[in-house]
Amino acid sequence: MSHGGGGKLARELVVRELLPVLADEALAELGDSAFVEGAEHLAFTTDSFVVKPIFFPGGDIGRLAVCGTVNDLAVAGAQPLYLSLSMILEEGLLVENLRRIVRSVKAAAQEAGVRVVCGDTKVVEHGSADGMYLTTSGIGKLSAGTRLSPRNMRPGDVVLVSGTLGDHSIAVLSAREGIEFRTDVTSDVQPLNDLAQKLLSAAEVRCMRDPTRGGLAGLLNELAESAALSIQLDEKCIPVTDAVRGACDVLGLDPMYAANEGKLVAVVSPETADSALQALKTHPRGHRGATIGRVEKGHPGRVTMRTALGGRRIVDMPVGEQLPRIC
Amino acid sequence: MSGNGGTRSVSVEGLLEDIRTRFRELGRKVVRLMEVCGTHTMSIARAGLRDLLPEGLKLTSGPGCPVCVTSTGYIDAAIDLASRPGITTTTFGDMIRVPGTKGTLEAAKAQGADVRVVYSPMKSLEIAQARPERTVVFLGVGFETTAPATATLIECAAESRTTNLAVLPAHKLIPPALRVIASDPGLRVDGFLLPGHVSVILGTAPYEFLATEFSLPCVITGFEPQDILEAISMLLDRISSGKPEVQNQYRKVVRPEGNPEARRRVMEVFRTADASWRGFGVIPQSGLAVRDEYAQWDAARRFAIRVAPEEPETGCLCGDVLKGKVHPRECPLFGGRCTPASAVGPCMVSSEGACAASFRFERR
Repeated sequence: MSHGGGGKLARELVVRELLPVLADEALAELGDSAFVEGAEHLAFTTDSFVVKPIFFPGGDIGRLAVCGTVNDLAVAGAQPLYLSLSMILEEGLLVENLRRIVRSVKAAAQEAGVRVVCGDTKVVEHGSADGMYLTTSGIGKLSAGTRLSPRNMRPGDVVLVSGTLGDHSIAVLSAREGIEFRTDVTSDVQPLNDLAQKLLSAAEVRCMRDPTRGGLAGLLNELAESAALSIQLDEKCIPVTDAVRGACDVLGLDPMYAANEGKLVAVVSPETADSALQALKTHPRGHRGATIGRVEKGHPGRVTMRTALGGRRIVDMPVGEQLPRIC
Repeated sequence: MSGNGGTRSVSVEGLLEDIRTRFRELGRKVVRLMEVCGTHTMSIARAGLRDLLPEGLKLTSGPGCPVCVTSTGYIDAAIDLASRPGITTTTFGDMIRVPGTKGTLEAAKAQGADVRVVYSPMKSLEIAQARPERTVVFLGVGFETTAPATATLIECAAESRTTNLAVLPAHKLIPPALRVIASDPGLRVDGFLLPGHVSVILGTAPYEFLATEFSLPCVITGFEPQDILEAISMLLDRISSGKPEVQNQYRKVVRPEGNPEARRRVMEVFRTADASWRGFGVIPQSGLAVRDEYAQWDAARRFAIRVAPEEPETGCLCGDVLKGKVHPRECPLFGGRCTPASAVGPCMVSSEGACAASFRFERR
């Protein structure tokens, strides 16, 4: 495939495979830049996606690329508007797989209510890019006065999560070659902008994040550190499905550190904690939401947990990738 | 071997109450129980179990982490081999961040060495058969639980005449290490929680000497916090009765005779040999070496590997930690120069290491 060379073949690939599916008027111009309407206060984010394999139970790299960036905007309190899509394709990638991914990008964008308005395509030699790498950047609109930040957190604030942990990690691992275990677990990859907006109207939200790489534990450690406060969790309240717990047990992984692609964590004022939980549970994307802990003063940066047994343990920052145990 | 122990309670509160009562009735200031299984180490720390036990009832970690007791020399040899052209090294995940004297397998991988994490040794055979131009070396580390799988790997390689595969063996046996601990006058251990998975293979007989020769009660224990609490309760009961025994709390899974077929398979391929344990030095007949008939699949012979027996001076107290002599937090490097992010000794890097468990879950 010499389609990435920037010449006639490149344009052919874009015109034939990408434009008809992504169907956007700004994109169709194929100018060097897209012309879009803006807003006074903007949020801007970017992310690269290198998941392996590119198709996994519950999703694929295309859906992931859209939802990942949409969710980064959503948890900042922004309404996602536009995405760019950069694709690095491995030479030899089946055209049918490319088509599936592009269709998935379009479907996810529609689900989230965002437009893909610009992009880029490159082809690299066989053996690179694991099939495909994607990068999406996203622009979102902020309402005046919205400045979510861990610095807003106060002792007594309540920590909530919008659903079960670990589904994405286990789904991807189960599809990875060399790891033979069967599971019904599917990735939770989904856009959360609608849920985030509902939460923002129902409660006084200090900050929100999505627990991707590093999982819930990584995220909470970062929040506690930025806020210079501590967080205390209750293990019994943290939602994990039996299937994920079982798979983690077998593989020697900890759901607290597993990546999620369709969940958000919110810290809210204690007075509005009940309405926050209600807002989550009455939304289809947050129906397994739960209150999982509190913010406390002292021991800045520390996250502790009351275990299911009633004991106490530290929930530490993750170090590198989780390593499944030896025996 | 006697029965299942006298405790009737199954709820956590019930078990804790039994433990408190029995400890009180014993009337001792300190009772020290040792576990020798990395999974127990982690389970205890993750559940915050120590918080719930009466003051004076101590749970210490022994040499239960197979990666932790793997000698520095072996790790250096593995890294050397992994870095040679044409070699594909397969290993369990835990090994890749363990430091030798010149870095880790992970660092070697970043430099271009073909190092792959596998969940099963048999994957090594698959790779060898798919890539005949490479030689696949599997790092055979682990206790009695994993040795049967490595033995099967070698047998299958022999049967299928797959010659581009070899194993660098470092399997170790738990009972000889228990004997060393029980014989050490400097260690005051009052009872052992025995490893559940190792016991699936061994059964109860190999541990009898602890009760008969050393008067130490032991309990083969499962991995849930409730299992561990039940085992502690059973141990306290045996200590108080003055009649030490080997008991089996993990009846669901461990049979008294263990798994004779697995043991037979291991002895087909391996013979026992002296082995060097980090922190212990050489323990006689505590390791497994590949038999002559299978020499072709023994990476040590095939590549003329010399594993340096001496342990380098690093200031780390891994050795004493592994013997339960010293608590991780008593090591001067703990939490400072030695953390999971940048570890000096494997006890901190391994997910089953006592230092890692203490740092991750119990740091105050």
